[in-house]
Amino acid sequence: MRLSEYIYSTISSIRGPLLFVEKVFNARVGEVVRIRFPEGKEMEGEVLKIDGDTVLIQAYGETRGLDTGNSSVVFTDSVKRAPLSPDVIGRVFSGSYAPIDGAPMFVPEKWVPVTGYPINPASRARPEEFIETGFSCIDGLNTLVKGQKLPIFSSAGLPSKEVAAVILKNSRLGSETGGFVVVFVAVGLTYYDYSFYTRVLEEMRTGFVAFANMADEPVVERLLAPRFGLTVAEYLAFEKGMDVLVVITDMTNYCDALREVSTAREELPGRRGYPGYMYSDLASLYERAGRIKGMTGSVTMLPVVTMPEDDITHPIPDLTGYITEGQLVLSRDLHQKGIFPPMDVLPSLSRLMQSGIGKGHTREDHRKTANLLYKYYAKGRDLRRLEAIVGRDGMAEADRFMLDFADSFEKEFVSQGVVRRNIQETLDTGLNLLRRFSLT
Amino acid sequence: MMGRIKGISGPTVSVDMKGLKLYDRVYVGHSMLTGEVVRLDQDVAVIQVYENTKGLGIGEPVKSVNMPLTVRLGPGLLHGMFDGLQRPLEILREKMGSFISSGTEIYALDYLKKWSFSPLKKKGEPVTRGEIVGYVEEGPFKHFIFSNFEGRISRIMGGELSLNDTIAELESGKEIFACNEWPVRMPRPYRRRLSTWEPLLTGQRVIDLLFPLARGGTAIFPGGFGTGKTILEQAIAKFANTDIVVYVGCGERGNEMAEMIGEFESLKDPWTGKYLMERTVLVVNTSNMPVAAREASIYTAVTMAEYYRDMGYHVLLLADSLSRWAEALREISSSLEEMPGEEGYPTYLASRLAGFFERAGVVETLSGRIGSLTMILSVSPPGGDFTEPVTQACLRTAGAFFMLDTSLAHRRHFPAINWFQSYSLYEKEISRHFIEHVSPQWETLKERCRELLKREESLREVAEIVGSEGLQDADRLLMKVAEMIRMEFLCQNAYTEDAFSPPEKTIAKMGEMVEYYESAMAKLKQGISLEETLKG
Repeated sequence: MRLSEYIYSTISSIRGPLLFVEKVFNARVGEVVRIRFPEGKEMEGEVLKIDGDTVLIQAYGETRGLDTGNSSVVFTDSVKRAPLSPDVIGRVFSGSYAPIDGAPMFVPEKWVPVTGYPINPASRARPEEFIETGFSCIDGLNTLVKGQKLPIFSSAGLPSKEVAAVILKNSRLGSETGGFVVVFVAVGLTYYDYSFYTRVLEEMRTGFVAFANMADEPVVERLLAPRFGLTVAEYLAFEKGMDVLVVITDMTNYCDALREVSTAREELPGRRGYPGYMYSDLASLYERAGRIKGMTGSVTMLPVVTMPEDDITHPIPDLTGYITEGQLVLSRDLHQKGIFPPMDVLPSLSRLMQSGIGKGHTREDHRKTANLLYKYYAKGRDLRRLEAIVGRDGMAEADRFMLDFADSFEKEFVSQGVVRRNIQETLDTGLNLLRRFSLT
Repeated sequence: MMGRIKGISGPTVSVDMKGLKLYDRVYVGHSMLTGEVVRLDQDVAVIQVYENTKGLGIGEPVKSVNMPLTVRLGPGLLHGMFDGLQRPLEILREKMGSFISSGTEIYALDYLKKWSFSPLKKKGEPVTRGEIVGYVEEGPFKHFIFSNFEGRISRIMGGELSLNDTIAELESGKEIFACNEWPVRMPRPYRRRLSTWEPLLTGQRVIDLLFPLARGGTAIFPGGFGTGKTILEQAIAKFANTDIVVYVGCGERGNEMAEMIGEFESLKDPWTGKYLMERTVLVVNTSNMPVAAREASIYTAVTMAEYYRDMGYHVLLLADSLSRWAEALREISSSLEEMPGEEGYPTYLASRLAGFFERAGVVETLSGRIGSLTMILSVSPPGGDFTEPVTQACLRTAGAFFMLDTSLAHRRHFPAINWFQSYSLYEKEISRHFIEHVSPQWETLKERCRELLKREESLREVAEIVGSEGLQDADRLLMKVAEMIRMEFLCQNAYTEDAFSPPEKTIAKMGEMVEYYESAMAKLKQGISLEETLKG
């Protein structure tokens, strides 16, 4: 503990969001600093690295207007913390946790470090409580459970926000407990997308907390906003016993911000210029989802990732897929066919589905029905390649039959518009389809 | 010995401190974070810190314990769950609550618990280093206690003893305890390596028949995400015919670990009928836990595995995933500002990996027993691209390669092991064993299976052009049978009873399919149409 705040005006260089301060004799890694502009304005920053008496600082805002002579840095001796209180529900904040909904800041009950602590793997409860999203392709084939992290892999021009919005509106938890709340984190969102989401949040019957970093706001704030959102989510889930659904959109902007800061630090770039530690950094966000033994609440995460060039092997979707428990993949092909949600169930996957379905969770025949639908749809899809070469007429009767099944599956099972289907309806739709083609 | 922190960069810290040795263990800062010396540069030592360095300040003290980073070995490891530094997670949870904060040191073993010790040596008998003096019952296993010294026993105890109690004393006055420490980065000694090859049965048909694994061997299975690495790894952990399983969750998902623990508590070993947890040691360092501890976690695990090998057990080490370990290595290397090799990985990646792989093997232990350590390791190549450095470095040393195929996974063909690209270098040695002990037909049926799949592949190309209607009856039959092999033999659902297939069943199943093909071929030759043949 220091008895007073230390002020240094020894900034030696400024590079983008990074500052070097010299002759500092007492600093901590991760310590919050206040950067004072010559005209008296203040902005927060964080200590990234210390080398002897030289300290590297990352500013959480626009560094335009800073200089090396008159600007100063105040070291506060504390790590970045987020204010918390149940009053946070219903509020909208900026990416740096300032209220932007016109109301004054709430009175915090406590302050908690934003980086959080890892959940002890021994205290994690098995995720096995089914969440009904109302979409057949998710509930039936890629079931979401409480405490899971399941990203939506989208591409430019695909209706990812409409899909996310319908999930937000229609999601019901299998069992009602301490209440349900949505934490919405906008990372580098355009005003157009943001206003769409605000309308959705307002129409919802459940509570929400929103953090919004817009496309024209400081890039470094994008690294902070998801951490604020998750700190709030952990607090509501594990201290207030609520079931929290965290939607972060768009993770691609988050990763680009990470790359920007990394290159400013002159770090060795990894694939496509993204830093080598991006896996660990993303994991420090995604792994905060979960359930804890002996506690009622849960944090479920639904991040949205836009795949650059529709490429699922791009580092962002790739590393995300390695951390999350599955993925929901949107397909341009289905979208062009007018199918909503345009979800390609073959590359999609929910790793925790097994423990959340069947007797006592959904229905006894769930696994069997899902397996059959997968099997025959995959077969039909395989045959489409053949169809492209030899034409439909050149194919065997049985093969044409499978093609018909694949078409009907897309039109009847996947495509459903904004209509909500409960799990019984979903499974019955699937069963009826299989029966009609005599495939059960 | 004390020093002060001079600089902090990611997981490494530099200290002005003299008299340190490379790889000495140190405590860093007021909160006593565990670290290891990785570089000495005149008066400055660079330390790799195994915990989150956030909040660490300049000038904070660093203390040396004059000892390398060690693992505690003794009864009580089985059924345990540890982090990368061998801290017991259950006890950590009782003491610290549901979240892990930095700077806590808890011993891996319970020093107060009483174990019933049965001596195997008498007073006056000589012992050599590594020889067994007695054992305690650890669940279903005899946990042997080794002598660390050479000499003559002057006193040996029996009955209820805790790990703090002396088990035996030598005439030289040296005491033997049931528990001792071993440096993580140093392989445990043995008398000699053996090259006797016995199969390690996994219960997975595609592996046991086509790409069999040997006890003491190493296997890797790389695959993009969603190709079922973790499920396959867990299935092997459940069904392999081995005495002890050490499972390392290295930089992977927390929820999956929770699921696995729940399953292991309730499932039984198909070979012995005992609960799986009783033969399992878990080392868990999930992706959000400190990255340097992830680097250490595989060494912690392999040292524990070697310890049980030294008792003459067959031990299987499973790690998921080696890529995360390599990434941790890369992160540390880059914070040390080392010259990078391929894709930013340090140039010593391949040699470190080779050194790790070589800790597997069948050995004659210091006590004259035969023990084995087998490794099955998953690799997560970015973008499913197998040309990346970690997969390539592994391929140079691993004895078996199971290639997980994304397109098979999308078709829900699990385990998604590609039957053309995968290989096992142990095939020849192991086949001999199968022919002797399981079925004389083993080799022939395996070759038939390969051949059918190979011919299907070339026929499929033809079928894509002319359509399956355009094929001859004999070829269409072959396609039918090959499909049957793929769907019913190579595929194995990890969630049903089919998840485990003993070798007798595996070979019988293959036998039936080949027989079916041959009898149908005979019918075709007699002029019976394909439709008729398939009906019959």
